[in-house]
Amino acid sequence: MAEARARAADYLVRRHYFRLSEALPWLLMIAAFFLFPNRMTFGSQVLIMVLFALSLDLILGYAGIVTLGHAAFFGVGAYTVALASMLLDWSEPISGIIAGGLLAGLVGAAVGWFILRYRGLTLLMLTIAFAAMLQESGNLRSDITGGYDGLPGLMFDPVLGTFQYDLYGHTNYWYVFGVLAVIFYFVRRIIYSPFGQALTGIRENVRRMHAIGSPVHRRLVAVYAISAAIAGVAGGLFTQTNAYVTLTVFDFDNSAKVLVMLILGGTGRLYGPFLGAAVYMVLEDYFSKLSPTFWQLGIGLLLVLTVLFARRGLLGLAEDARGLFKRGDSAPSAPRRMVWKPEHWNSLGMSALDGAVIGFIAGFAINMKQVEFMTTFVTSAPARALIFTLGGAAVAAGINAVYLLVTSRTSVEEQTS
Amino acid sequence: MTAALEVTSLNRSFGALHVTRDVNLSLARGARRALIGPNGAGKTTLINLITGVIRPSAGTVSLNGEDITNASQAYRARRGLARTFQINQLFRGLSVLENICMAIGERDGHNNNLWRSAGAKREVIDEALDHLESLQIVDDALKLVRNLPYGRQRLVEIAIALAQKPRVLLLDEPAAGVPSSESHLILDVVDKLDPDIAVLIIEHDMDVVFRFAKEITVLVQGAVFTQGTPDEIMRNKDVRAVYLGQEGHDAAQRGGQHG
Repeated sequence: MAEARARAADYLVRRHYFRLSEALPWLLMIAAFFLFPNRMTFGSQVLIMVLFALSLDLILGYAGIVTLGHAAFFGVGAYTVALASMLLDWSEPISGIIAGGLLAGLVGAAVGWFILRYRGLTLLMLTIAFAAMLQESGNLRSDITGGYDGLPGLMFDPVLGTFQYDLYGHTNYWYVFGVLAVIFYFVRRIIYSPFGQALTGIRENVRRMHAIGSPVHRRLVAVYAISAAIAGVAGGLFTQTNAYVTLTVFDFDNSAKVLVMLILGGTGRLYGPFLGAAVYMVLEDYFSKLSPTFWQLGIGLLLVLTVLFARRGLLGLAEDARGLFKRGDSAPSAPRRMVWKPEHWNSLGMSALDGAVIGFIAGFAINMKQVEFMTTFVTSAPARALIFTLGGAAVAAGINAVYLLVTSRTSVEEQTS
Repeated sequence: MTAALEVTSLNRSFGALHVTRDVNLSLARGARRALIGPNGAGKTTLINLITGVIRPSAGTVSLNGEDITNASQAYRARRGLARTFQINQLFRGLSVLENICMAIGERDGHNNNLWRSAGAKREVIDEALDHLESLQIVDDALKLVRNLPYGRQRLVEIAIALAQKPRVLLLDEPAAGVPSSESHLILDVVDKLDPDIAVLIIEHDMDVVFRFAKEITVLVQGAVFTQGTPDEIMRNKDVRAVYLGQEGHDAAQRGGQHG
């Protein structure tokens, strides 16, 4: 009994300690600078999206607020910095993003106070509506905002008064890196704080939170404002690193993109935004060079695969994989073995069906595009469609079978519950 | 002395459906009252009215003499009103220990802090472990709630309410859904509750009701049908009639005659 007590207490006390593995993403970001010194303009855009996705993770991954309008706050930050520079000649970068963050945070608090009374689909629609309203207001006053043509040629002072902007984006990369590191530290503290714990409580069971006396609405508004402020900082950095901004920052696309990144990386896992944004941005860059018209198909397939096989994102997948090689050094160490359940057949069937649909669409696309090696390989179009449909089904079912074999090796302890 | 919980002519209707009619209910400090009645009598609605999940159409609720009719759920909870749910409402993805710490954190206002680490207040953890120890579930402290058997989850449900240090505790069928082999675990806990807490328990199992309650209120179609000591209720033929239905009542009578 005493030992169980000590172990349990110890776990809670140590939970927020830095783990060695947490250094990895930061080392990779530093390494990226030395490996790809010519791609640092792109690199700083990736880090900005990491920051943006991190802000979303705070409300979606921890507090469970689903939003498709987070670009609103990104845009407020972006335009605060741009307009301050253009109208007020306020071009000092760091105070600029602080102003952008504060303003976005205030807007977040005000909007959040109204819309966070709702949950689920209603809330989702309200977030979309708010971002669209901001975009439209910007469009009405395109004399100030520059509309969809944007405000080009903005000039900003050197970072910290010393580091000049350079053509390779080296200064920008380290600037964004520094801001990301500082904000990440804040977010990490919040997540491991009692407040962060209460947010998780709201996500897990809001009825119980009310019953134990939690001021749920106030908590949600607070975290929404913090998240909006971080999104605003990301927007401000976006304006500064690109030296121009247009109303497209408010686009639904921008909101959806950051959500996809986060889901891809894994929500509520602190490092999900890093992995998700990096993978997404690199693939987007790669696919759009491969096919400027159809690059979104690649991203779409990736998202379908994530939803089918990695519900908890790439990080969740990594956790599963690590669990396989872990031998009894932590609490859940009961023996693991494979158990085939009847519902697995159902799962296989469904994934085969999904694969067939994807295969059929892919086959259709290839028929349309007359991709050379396929058309010479199988000459008749219906045969190609059939091959693709069956092939898609087989591949999807195959991947799923491997996945089931891996993940259904649950511990005996879990099976009994 | 002011009652711990005082409900006065409480009414609530959903459209034309009058689910709570002129309910008066008073719990003194340390009361042990059972609320019984057939399905659909409005027992859970009454709990929801008292805890503020829904608002009454008319009537008042007061807690230790303070009118809380229009107070938020959270305010009532902070003033010492705790409840358990008929169907578990737990933080399923968190460990048992974190579930309890959550309640303590809200009670003492720690959960407003967004800088200190959650594990930094050792006294919170120790108190949570004390609660788990008194319910004999310390060994499960680090297990995720969703991995616990249902009976154990039921205990966590009660442990959270107790961690709020309530003065009034509303138990909505605490042993519901628990296999009979495990229900004694829960009933033992209910038996040993702090004698200072006023307890209102909804329960269908008459053995539990008669073992635990010192007073019983019978609710029928949203209105208080009768109240009294367990002996009075047991002897009351009308109660048996409404509880078992007229047919059941007749059957019971016949059974009585033949037996």
